[in-house]
Amino acid sequence: MTPRDQALNAPAGVEPCAGQRDGCERCGGLARERFPILRRAVHGLPLVYLDSAATSQKPEQVIGAEARYYREHNANVHRGMHALAAEATDLYEQCRRRVGRFLGVTRPEQVVTLRGATAALNLAAGGLAPRLRPGDEILVTGMEHHANLVPWIALARREGLVLRHLPVNDGGELDLGRLPDLLTDRTRVVALTHVSNVLGTINPVAEIAAAAHRRGALVVVDAAQSVGHLPLNFAALGADLLAFSAHKCYGPMGLGFLVGTPEALAMLEPVEFGGEMIETVTMDAATWAEVPLRFEAGTPHVAAAAAFPAALDLVEEFTVERLRTHEISLTGYAWERLSTLGGLALHGPADPAARGGLISFHDPQLHAHDLAQLLDARGVAVRAGHHCAQPLHRRLGVAATARASFGLYNSHDDVDALVDGIRYARSVFGT
Amino acid sequence: MSTGMDDLYREVILDHHRRPRGSSALAHPDAEAAGKNPSCGDELTLQLACDGDRIREAGVVTRGCAIATASGSILAELVVGRTLDEARRLADAFRAVLHDPEGELPDDLAPGDLDALLGVRRFPMRVKCAVLPWITLNEAVAARTEGRVAAETTTEA
Repeated sequence: MTPRDQALNAPAGVEPCAGQRDGCERCGGLARERFPILRRAVHGLPLVYLDSAATSQKPEQVIGAEARYYREHNANVHRGMHALAAEATDLYEQCRRRVGRFLGVTRPEQVVTLRGATAALNLAAGGLAPRLRPGDEILVTGMEHHANLVPWIALARREGLVLRHLPVNDGGELDLGRLPDLLTDRTRVVALTHVSNVLGTINPVAEIAAAAHRRGALVVVDAAQSVGHLPLNFAALGADLLAFSAHKCYGPMGLGFLVGTPEALAMLEPVEFGGEMIETVTMDAATWAEVPLRFEAGTPHVAAAAAFPAALDLVEEFTVERLRTHEISLTGYAWERLSTLGGLALHGPADPAARGGLISFHDPQLHAHDLAQLLDARGVAVRAGHHCAQPLHRRLGVAATARASFGLYNSHDDVDALVDGIRYARSVFGT
Repeated sequence: MSTGMDDLYREVILDHHRRPRGSSALAHPDAEAAGKNPSCGDELTLQLACDGDRIREAGVVTRGCAIATASGSILAELVVGRTLDEARRLADAFRAVLHDPEGELPDDLAPGDLDALLGVRRFPMRVKCAVLPWITLNEAVAARTEGRVAAETTTEA
């Protein structure tokens, strides 16, 4: 056996915590054996994957379902009269229903199938354009991912709108005291993230949505970091439109959704045009298909849609509450170990129950890119940079942070590997 | 398998990172350029003070990773005493060799500690970090040649 094989086959030493209902003091991760990539080596060392907030890894069931689609069912969706077309359409529409059921949405037409959360947020922003007048106001927050900021910047520029932002306080939370001033009778849209991809902060969406609705504003929520990680019911959250990606929820890349109330979706004008989205076309006129198909121009990523239900099955097998307990345990443990290590600035709320499963941090003596590079040399994958949130990093006064983020497969050992890796990086730099 | 960390973070590089040479802003620069790496947020300001077309003093203020900082420090050390044209030739040679896995810096350019930075070639994501000060230098040289004082550039240019 080579040292590499030995490293890969080394027993975790800790039993998985799948059977424990009330938290996991220390565990070997959930369903690890179903994620084939976690068996690979990086630089001859076992992979320690702590970048699930960028994209989660995929279980065998999802990979298999996507491959099976191409092997057995591949055809273009809708309108086809042959058997494969019917099967492909059925799989595509099953995914829509499955997503709706997962989020507690009553009607499948409330789920628009797109290529990712970014496409969904662009549809929300671009689709509202005809409803807005110069001088109307959009309220965003100081902790948005560029995907839920730049579409609104572009829209405001194009339509002469006023873009306001709800600031982040020193504790890494939204400054709700500013909300009454910032919500005005011109506010048409409030766009905010459910969970910050940098701070981890879980925002009180229902409370903000209630205030926004009292002003008659539409609420658009970026749920990229929360679906599959936090218990989430669409109606209870209070959003009019909610965007998320399959790939951060153990599903395939190239697939995401805009979920909306029937009223909100009816307000949107399509932003992409072509096949699938029309009802009748003449040489110089066209009418749109019903919601949601009018927003789904072109051939969709049917293979990804065929595979995503397997990811949701996995989440529901463990229950999202159980996964949440696991992520809280890991986040709390990581926060404690990183704090004890010293010399690190940890961003966002300290209470693991008030944050998603990620921690961004920086070492004033060691740039995040150097740290991430040296962690990689130890097989530990973290992200470093501005995480597509430049305004927030400006607010934090730091150009780049390192971010460790967790999925169900992560273990407390993974957190230990991160801490050991930071020690190693410091030893290389002599700090 | 070697992870190449010894190659990337050579002692010479770490030393330049810890004690960057020429890292103070100049009181009376003749040319200045700002460089940015938008993908990672690194930023630097590079200033030159010249006697005619010869560089008398260089100031490189970097806000970035160890590779960018060390590269800027090596630059500040190397360009002083060179003509603008010689500085540009050095920058061009360095940029070319970063994209050539087998390439070497010509000895007649007296590349000093620059050789130590060639370890970044194994790490394509970090080549931009090493390049940033040098593309910024080219902007400052161009500004000086064209009689302007300030210029800016990015690694995406």
